[in-house]
Amino acid sequence: MILSQDSIRQIREKAARYPHAKSAILPALTIACRQVGHLNDDIYEEVAQVINVPFVEIAEAASFYTLFPKQPVGKYLIQVCHNISCALLGADALVEYLEQKLGIKKGETSADNLFTLITVECLGSCCTAPAMQINQDFYENLTREKVDHILDELRVRV
Amino acid sequence: MFYSPVITNASEVSDANGLHLFRYVEDAQQHRIEQYEQHGGYSALRKVLTSMTPEAVTEEVKKSGLRGRGGAGFPAGMKWGFVPKGSTKPRYLCCNADESEPGTCKDRVLMERDPHAVIEGMAIAAYAIGCHLMFIYIRGEFNHCIDRMEAAMAEAYARGHLGKNIYGAGYDLDMIVHTGGGAYICGEETALLNSLEGERGMSRIRPPFPAIEGLYACPTIVNNVETLAAVPHIINRGADWYRSLGTERSTGTKVFSLSGHVKRPGNYEVEMSFPLKRLIYDPAYGGGILGDKKLKGVIPGGASTPFLTPDMVDVKLDYESLAAVGSMLGSGAVIVFHEETCIVWVILKLIHFFRHESCGKCTPCREGTAWLEQIIGRIEHGQGKAGDIEMIEEICGNILGRTICPLGDAAVMPIQSAVKHWRDEWQHHIVHRKCQSPTTFAFA
Repeated sequence: MILSQDSIRQIREKAARYPHAKSAILPALTIACRQVGHLNDDIYEEVAQVINVPFVEIAEAASFYTLFPKQPVGKYLIQVCHNISCALLGADALVEYLEQKLGIKKGETSADNLFTLITVECLGSCCTAPAMQINQDFYENLTREKVDHILDELRVRV
Repeated sequence: MFYSPVITNASEVSDANGLHLFRYVEDAQQHRIEQYEQHGGYSALRKVLTSMTPEAVTEEVKKSGLRGRGGAGFPAGMKWGFVPKGSTKPRYLCCNADESEPGTCKDRVLMERDPHAVIEGMAIAAYAIGCHLMFIYIRGEFNHCIDRMEAAMAEAYARGHLGKNIYGAGYDLDMIVHTGGGAYICGEETALLNSLEGERGMSRIRPPFPAIEGLYACPTIVNNVETLAAVPHIINRGADWYRSLGTERSTGTKVFSLSGHVKRPGNYEVEMSFPLKRLIYDPAYGGGILGDKKLKGVIPGGASTPFLTPDMVDVKLDYESLAAVGSMLGSGAVIVFHEETCIVWVILKLIHFFRHESCGKCTPCREGTAWLEQIIGRIEHGQGKAGDIEMIEEICGNILGRTICPLGDAAVMPIQSAVKHWRDEWQHHIVHRKCQSPTTFAFA
């Protein structure tokens, strides 16, 4: 099993509240992805068993939603918003700065498997741009100094 | 300390000026139920459940003139009235918190800082339509809002504002906090319902409208967070008070998310019909253009609304005034850009977004947005060809009005207006193979 007992318990609790089991697909995938960091067929198979929905329906839904990485990612998934409000305040330069600092290109994972850098569509941080999300957390009103500090903190946390 | 550092104008709120949604959004304890109740919270729900019929609640909201704040501006009370009378099927309410339109970040601040106001508004709407299970669909990225809403929901159950036989009035209501998977399309109500059913988030052909056949083929009402958050105030202070704010067709207040090249980006609650120029330049709001540069253009209602040029910004922020100048109020996301911004670059950012978010169900939108991104991309990168502008116009014309949901229209309306307003600049870009304005924006 890939899913932990805790994830399975959370998924079961959540699923029990819906009138139809299929509605629990997205919440279940969210819980699974929080634990594993990404999703794949083996995880869909386990989720299918927990919520009693056919595998194919889980895989069909999962493939639509971009929030869940379908390949392994680094310990910290850095998602930089590159849409208009962030772009007007330097999101493209922010991506370049991160590429430089991490020594990787957009879409890549660092050799130590610590950071994956991607760009994402609007994060809803338009009035606090530029912004990025790292795993569950938002980082807003970013400056070079803040980015340095955030990356240092994440490295120490390991 | 708030999770989101966004600026608001909460300090401006008073009984005299009628602002209400933002009254407590700078109160760091407001998300706790004790504080919310202390500030009069849940009194509107109590009033509704103990002294009003569902029909009377719907009538009051109809009379208030409240219109949907998610983008479409449909009258909320009228929508509730579409739920068939006498149907034996369960009815559902779904609060649309899939806030994803570029420029829009207003619902987030309400969920984070005043989550009980959202729950109270939802519960009143649920009662009005005869619903016993309501959902809030929150975009999956908003982890903090999800946690806040879950915590607030647990508090509301514990204090008897949700659950069985609320206030002894014989009304049962349950709530589920549902999370999305990162798809803008799920903010469109029929796609949202498919997503909530565990399907891919693709829109449905209407009719039937969700009020007749929505979630699980049962009557369903979908309302935006800000719309529902206004409902308790309408119940407490009356439809006439709400109507006294704004204009006849745009009543009440609206939260505008002001972003881009302004000195003070932020979320500002203002009375409907507030002057756009004042929102951008007044030191209490935007404070003017960054670096005191000249204004080049404004997107007034989120990334799907047509642009305004500097000679058009003397406009009032309400549904009818923006329609009169060929744009839309949309979700109230005002995006400002200054003279050094290349319009082709702006449009490439926008079309990339819509191409990425197209669900793929309708051919014009699925193929058309991809072609547009390709053509606009080559113009931006100095490889535009003669005839490209005409081709963009033709593709836009073949998408507009030919898709099941409004995403297709949303993708092309800003492009059409940008080509119309700045045609010379597009030409320049193609002929000279580069931007007329420098486009690299620094990051501090």
